[in-house]
Amino acid sequence: MFGPVSLTHYLILAAILFAIGIVGIFLNRKNLIVLLMAIELVLLAVNLNFVAFSHYLNDLSGQLFVFFILTVAAAESGIGLAILVVLFRNLSSIDVDDLDSLKG
Amino acid sequence: MLNQFVTPDLQPAAPEIFLLIMSCVILFADLVVGQVQRWMMSALTIITLVGAAVLTYVTMDGQVVLTFSNMFVDDLLSDFLKLVLYVAVIAVVIYSRSYLVARNLEKAEFYLLVLFSTLGMMVMISAAHFLTLYLGLELLSLSLYALVAIDRDSARSTEAAMKYFVLGALASGLLLYGMSMVYGATGTLEIGAVAQAIYHGDANKTILVFGLVFLVAGIAFKLGAVPFHMWVPDVYHGAPTAITLFIASAPKLAAFAMTLRLLVYGLFELADQWQLMLMMLAVLSIALGNLAAIAQTNLKRMLAYSGISHMGFMLLAMMSGVVGGQADPFGTLNAYSSALYYSVAYVLMSLGSFGMILLLSRAGHEAEMIEDFKGLNKRNPWFAAVMMVLMFSMAGIPFFIGFFAKFSVLLAAVKAGYVGIAVFAVMMSLVGAFYYLRVVKIMYFDAPVDTAPIEAPLDMRVLLSLNGLAVAVFGLFPDSIMMLCTTTLVRSL
Repeated sequence: MFGPVSLTHYLILAAILFAIGIVGIFLNRKNLIVLLMAIELVLLAVNLNFVAFSHYLNDLSGQLFVFFILTVAAAESGIGLAILVVLFRNLSSIDVDDLDSLKG
Repeated sequence: MLNQFVTPDLQPAAPEIFLLIMSCVILFADLVVGQVQRWMMSALTIITLVGAAVLTYVTMDGQVVLTFSNMFVDDLLSDFLKLVLYVAVIAVVIYSRSYLVARNLEKAEFYLLVLFSTLGMMVMISAAHFLTLYLGLELLSLSLYALVAIDRDSARSTEAAMKYFVLGALASGLLLYGMSMVYGATGTLEIGAVAQAIYHGDANKTILVFGLVFLVAGIAFKLGAVPFHMWVPDVYHGAPTAITLFIASAPKLAAFAMTLRLLVYGLFELADQWQLMLMMLAVLSIALGNLAAIAQTNLKRMLAYSGISHMGFMLLAMMSGVVGGQADPFGTLNAYSSALYYSVAYVLMSLGSFGMILLLSRAGHEAEMIEDFKGLNKRNPWFAAVMMVLMFSMAGIPFFIGFFAKFSVLLAAVKAGYVGIAVFAVMMSLVGAFYYLRVVKIMYFDAPVDTAPIEAPLDMRVLLSLNGLAVAVFGLFPDSIMMLCTTTLVRSL
């Protein structure tokens, strides 16, 4: 259990981070910013997976993929925060529970 | 290897490069032209798309060409899907213009974001590597999030944009997690090499199937299949109708290409596993889509649920390609070409029906409730007939394009031995016929509530009429398009 850090340890850590991210998206009823953080966590879990596999397989393409994911994640946060600002102007709130005008 | 850089063959990607350059030209043209001559923006956009179509058509030779270190593929399937894509985007630009002008939303941003998402879809369609697939998908999604929020002062639009953003980002996360697992199991990110590695038995089956689950979940999110459909009705409803028209049409082609590239090109060896997952998605989508659509009073929401059920039919065709883990060359081809045919038919019908909502909308009035169509026959018999053709086609009534699309999918499902599911799909289509025919009934037998004359520009009227005619005429000659789809797939698989 506490031997040298192996691929499995990294994968389990990534899986836990991924699960925290997913649960954060679905259980969080309070704040949209926490939701954006949960999304980041999911992407970081994926990055950890790619780097761990890349090291284990001795293949660089996985690490290259991570650079692209990081860049796209930055752009994604940019759009997400922009939408959040516009939403706050309209609703004067960033509560998840206030996003309820569309139903049916 | 590291110190030499070989210039890739740029020719297979010529349409994408042209589209990117023209998008930058339009970006600068907006600074020069300013607010005054806004029509130039839509003209330039259409010229760009026509130019890309010409480039695609001229370089179409039926060969499978890989370029950019095997990241990008140019085959007949990608050329065919791109040509349909250009037609769909041109229709979106023409249908949207008067709606956007009336709401003061016709900014250069609209055209640019539409062009950038088109570029994203083209990259997705031509992806031969997980990286290109992901980058294309994100270029498409990020542009769409921004488009949904283009009406900044509308609380409804921004709420829809936020929901779309959160669930879309989650879907990308699921897809990426699946890709990382497939990478770990096979040691490569190239879709072709993934298939090779699995075929030679070098891959860890457990990790692979674990990754596959996440890939399928990501695909289902992007297609809007139950149980990953929550965003579809809200986004269709909340977004400005011109944007809904775009989201509901062209991206379905890219999502089809993504499904085919990932599951068939990459993970075909695992077909008996993903078949089962697609079956659940298809059955649930067809059932929930049709049942929930009955309860809707808002036409955009109704069409959203109907879109969910149409995606269920598409998935039904995708899962019918393999019988008991065995690929029977003829049946497989038939199933995938009926899925392709279904996607193209759905894009045509979806463009037409959202186009009708745009036609009846005017400044200060959104014709998005079903009752806004009351007595349309008395106001304008021609467009009532066009809407009737579209609704009949969506319901799958014979001799319209939607009937043959459904028929070929059901045929493929029966041939693959899924008789029970085919019967279930037919029964659900009968349920679905109710809400489509309700629209036809109120158009022809109810008195009009809204009596204002229809004021739409000539180009939109002509194109919408052609759209309705295409749905009717292609339905009379289904074999020619089916042949086209089959040939495309024969030369590309």
